[in-house]
Amino acid sequence: MTLPSEQQRKERIDRGIKIRTDSIYAMMSYRELSYLALPRLILIVGMLIIPLVVPSMYWQRVFTISCIYALLAISFDFLAHYVGLVSLGGAFFVGIGGYLAAIANTSFGLPPWLTVPLATLIGGSLCTLLLLPCLPLRGVYFAIVSLMYPLFMARVIEALDILGGTDGIMGIDSFPNRWAEQYFLICILLLILFGARRLVNMDIGLVLRGVKDNDQAIRASGISVTFYKSVAVFLASAMGCMSGACLVHIYMWSGISLFALDFSIIPIAATVIGGSGTLVGPLLGCLILVPISELLRDFGTLRIVFYALILVAFIIFRSEGIMVYGQRKYHQFERWIKF
Amino acid sequence: MEILVYGTINSVMLALYALGFAMVYGVSRLPNFAHGALYVLSGFITWSFLNSLGLNYLLSIILAMLATGILGALIYQFVLIRVRGMEISEIIASYAIGLAILEGLRWGGFKGMTYTLPAFISGSTEIAGVPVDYQRLLVVGIGIAVVALLWLFTHYTRIGLALRGMAQDERAAMMLGIDSDLMAVTAMGFGSMLAALAAVLLLPLGNIVVESGYNILILAIAVCVVGGLGSWLGAVLAAFLIGFAQILTVVYLGSHYQMVVALLAIILTLIIKPSGLFGRQKELEERV
Amino acid sequence: MDKILNKEPILKVSGITKHFGGIKALSDVSFDVHEGEILGIIGPNGSGKTTVVNCITGFVKKTSGHVFFRGKDISRKPPHKIADMGVARTFQIMRPYYSLPAYKNLVIPLFSPRSRRTGGWRGGGRLGDRNTVGIDILEEIGFERDSYVPYKLAATLPTGYLKRLELARCLALKPEIIICDEIFSGLSMSEIASMVPLIERLQMDGITLIMIEHRLRELFRVTDRIMVLNFGEKLMEGNPKTVMANEEVKAAYFGSQTVQEVMDHA
Repeated sequence: MTLPSEQQRKERIDRGIKIRTDSIYAMMSYRELSYLALPRLILIVGMLIIPLVVPSMYWQRVFTISCIYALLAISFDFLAHYVGLVSLGGAFFVGIGGYLAAIANTSFGLPPWLTVPLATLIGGSLCTLLLLPCLPLRGVYFAIVSLMYPLFMARVIEALDILGGTDGIMGIDSFPNRWAEQYFLICILLLILFGARRLVNMDIGLVLRGVKDNDQAIRASGISVTFYKSVAVFLASAMGCMSGACLVHIYMWSGISLFALDFSIIPIAATVIGGSGTLVGPLLGCLILVPISELLRDFGTLRIVFYALILVAFIIFRSEGIMVYGQRKYHQFERWIKF
Repeated sequence: MEILVYGTINSVMLALYALGFAMVYGVSRLPNFAHGALYVLSGFITWSFLNSLGLNYLLSIILAMLATGILGALIYQFVLIRVRGMEISEIIASYAIGLAILEGLRWGGFKGMTYTLPAFISGSTEIAGVPVDYQRLLVVGIGIAVVALLWLFTHYTRIGLALRGMAQDERAAMMLGIDSDLMAVTAMGFGSMLAALAAVLLLPLGNIVVESGYNILILAIAVCVVGGLGSWLGAVLAAFLIGFAQILTVVYLGSHYQMVVALLAIILTLIIKPSGLFGRQKELEERV
Repeated sequence: MDKILNKEPILKVSGITKHFGGIKALSDVSFDVHEGEILGIIGPNGSGKTTVVNCITGFVKKTSGHVFFRGKDISRKPPHKIADMGVARTFQIMRPYYSLPAYKNLVIPLFSPRSRRTGGWRGGGRLGDRNTVGIDILEEIGFERDSYVPYKLAATLPTGYLKRLELARCLALKPEIIICDEIFSGLSMSEIASMVPLIERLQMDGITLIMIEHRLRELFRVTDRIMVLNFGEKLMEGNPKTVMANEEVKAAYFGSQTVQEVMDHA
């Protein structure tokens, strides 16, 4: 019987199986192994199968573009929630990577399997260099500068009419065939995703997370915060540049629209909706948002309004995001207890 | 001579853009990335009052300024206050709102057709042999008056002093009985009104274009960063610095490079003296 | 004992002045620290003790003055470089990595360039997994190795353990000087009693210590040279008995009026 002075509250406890699968004990039986392996397997197999089961070439293309946005979104999540740097201008990385690949391809005649790595590395270095001045400073400055760069680059290219001006660079080679294009992207995406999840738990990942939470202690430990921030920015911008490079090879065209707001806002919205901090959430968010974006194509820029409003709603209601909610449900259960 | 005249005009324009942003940041430490959006929005509101509702020009202006101010305050009250203090969320939220407003305006058909606001006074005159139109002169005059009024406001009225107190030290202000949330909302309201003021003064000089929302944001941020985030004197000085630099580039290099100046100014400031000309934000020191 | 008779002081602070706007936090503070000794810095609240530490270790830019470590001028160096050279510090307001377990907290300092160069505390870092070395360090400073304590999240540890964690963070760097900012504060008598042997052992290992403290009795147990700060100025330095008998020092702590009253009533 519940006495009047008793109250109830909800308690969250880890599931038994989660505790049983801690470290090496996961090898105990197939059940524990599958508890850990199943979600990851579903993700991998799912991603690999989608191009095969999707109805038309149009939707295959949409899926490929989702993967590109996913790369951007993962890099945003990594920077924002593991290092504390909010990048409001993902379009900058896409644009730089895209133009670099375009130039490498048209002016130097390099094939896609060379231009993409080249654009990734050079683009990553270039972006890190350009963002370097704001790294020793508080996060607000990084947000400001990262916001400005894509807007600025778009205007400069248009005004100075360089790099193809408003027409852009055309006649870029595409990937050898459709399937290569898709599976290359999917494999890279999965590699980066699992790699990033591994990285944030490795020693260097701990340092990066420390940069976000407690940078004074990091300085007192003799580690240069600016250096590790640049490492993180390099990794994230390399990811972004890679996605830009792949994009120009898919569209066979590179223009100012690479610096468009879409590339800046969709990763943010996807991260917030999909669950920030999980690195898998942004992927999911992109798989949801990009097809919706395609369906809403007729509405023009109203899409962006839509994402922006959803973003605001999520932020102010402090919603968890899909993956965070999912992980919580998967790992823990809730019950009412009296006290 | 031209450089002097146009430089001054440009500088006052930049200062007007930046005042609203500086006020909101100074008081509540919120970088209001929706500043440019509010600027453009108030322009369209004025236009609507003027043309669709057929109101008197002066009345439209006043109503638009009030409307924008109230809108800004409401945005803060219902949206941004919930993420107050969390820098990452503040930035994303205000950016998203600005984006929603600007792209919404773009979709709502406010493109293609040229929307203009009529100038207050038409005609032009010559100053020291340089042709200048009256509207621009009026802008300079009103701009200086606004800065002076703001100074008086923040030094001699209760609300102004409260805002200044919060800008200097929030905790101390709260201990003196100043409601920091209310003041932050007020600051946002005033900041939005200043954006609207800049809009009604400066939009008659050109068309109302959605793109300018982003440009204004960049310029406002550039001025505030160079002047020091949180310092109004610094913002005014920085406006003059950047304003003249821009005019010099236009004269000697070509008008495409204007935005480059703004960006270079920000980058140089961040490299050389991150806290800006008069910034009170000491990067490392006060956090230990 | 020979080390203390070494000619050159390991740390030489000369003429540090720090103004925060209109407030003079420090005025012309100078002192030497000899290798292998424990120097205590005491003074009432607001006398600038933590500011001295911040100035020495580079967390705050001095208005003027110099700091020399082993003869090298470290006045303008950023904090991580100073820590890299071997001057470690603890924080008065503790800063562990709350979301990580205790031993993972040490992985980060063990990852620093200095740890990787000097082989970390007692040889770890370069050889051996940082996790294991972390647990070793924790055992050195008093966490029970075979219990769950080193694996608990830092957010769930009580103050005594957190203070030791701060110290462990410094030890992971294999430092030459450790500056302890109020490391005894917030601890119970028994916790302090168990930390004192640790501090003595650090001294025996050759580490120079500078201890900023409020708990004078415990401080006087470990050190025999102290310095007094008041309102940002150095009042005097010397051995505890002489210093505490000094009138100015008493006035600084108790207020000159109180001292006067005590003298009048005595």
